[in-house]
Amino acid sequence: MAESVITDAMKSAIGVDGPPSIAEVTTSGIRLFARAVGHTDLAFYDEDVARARGYSGLLAPPGYLGTPIFKPGRRQADAEAAGPQFETPYKRILNGGTTYEYFEPIVAGDVITSRSHITEFREREGSMGAMLITYRETVFTRQDGKVVGKMRGNIINY
Amino acid sequence: MADQTYFEDVNEGDEIPSITKNCSTQQLVVWAGGSGDFYQIHYDLNFAKSTGLDNIIVHGALKNAFLGQLLHDWVAPGGRVSEFGCQYRGMDYPNQDLVCHGVVTKKFVDGGRHMVELDIWTENPEGQKTTPGTARVELPSRG
Repeated sequence: MAESVITDAMKSAIGVDGPPSIAEVTTSGIRLFARAVGHTDLAFYDEDVARARGYSGLLAPPGYLGTPIFKPGRRQADAEAAGPQFETPYKRILNGGTTYEYFEPIVAGDVITSRSHITEFREREGSMGAMLITYRETVFTRQDGKVVGKMRGNIINY
Repeated sequence: MADQTYFEDVNEGDEIPSITKNCSTQQLVVWAGGSGDFYQIHYDLNFAKSTGLDNIIVHGALKNAFLGQLLHDWVAPGGRVSEFGCQYRGMDYPNQDLVCHGVVTKKFVDGGRHMVELDIWTENPEGQKTTPGTARVELPSRG
């Protein structure tokens, strides 16, 4: 294994939350997401069906945790919300994977604040050569203060 | 969707009903809008080729969401998807069958909740598992 590319600055970023990002769980956002996937369960489309099943509004399909509030010129803020980006000697980048964990159903009307932090850096020698894997966790908190879900993902620089 | 699946119906090693997806480029554009991922390698062939790809590629997050549908359709209406995720191992392309599979690996009761764990994956026409992952769902019990 070559010399480590994990710097002290990177190590000190582990566990430090980035700025919050707010997303709205809307009826139209749910329907568009469900349509894009090809969902057929009417609980994602018809409020009467969702309510008959005990939900307070349209149920959000797996993987939809709201639409981030867009404002012109906010790209930089969005990038910051994703957490600090570090220079690495690697030129290529891959999204390694994503896992969602739910504690409560997400429904239309929820407003969700997410905060992300790095949980771990790992270095590995793989078939594509040396790689750095950055693991992040995002915590989703509803407007009533309840943590409703978590997302874990990893990014591969190689 | 099929009738309700109950915890008692399920055995370790069971395969759950698969679903087959075949993304048109139009579906990838709808997904771009629905997910907010507007990276052009997913709908602009010239752009995709300029980055060294041979073709437009299906969003990894869309394949993850397909696996979410696989699980939701299996547990609905009375069950719930508690956790699901996958690794993005291989690229998939529009207008190709992408089959989503799941196999039960474990079932257990946790504080009165009836939980099932699964291996899940998408498979390309060559039979390769392009997005392998795992999931945990809660099913209703016949009591």
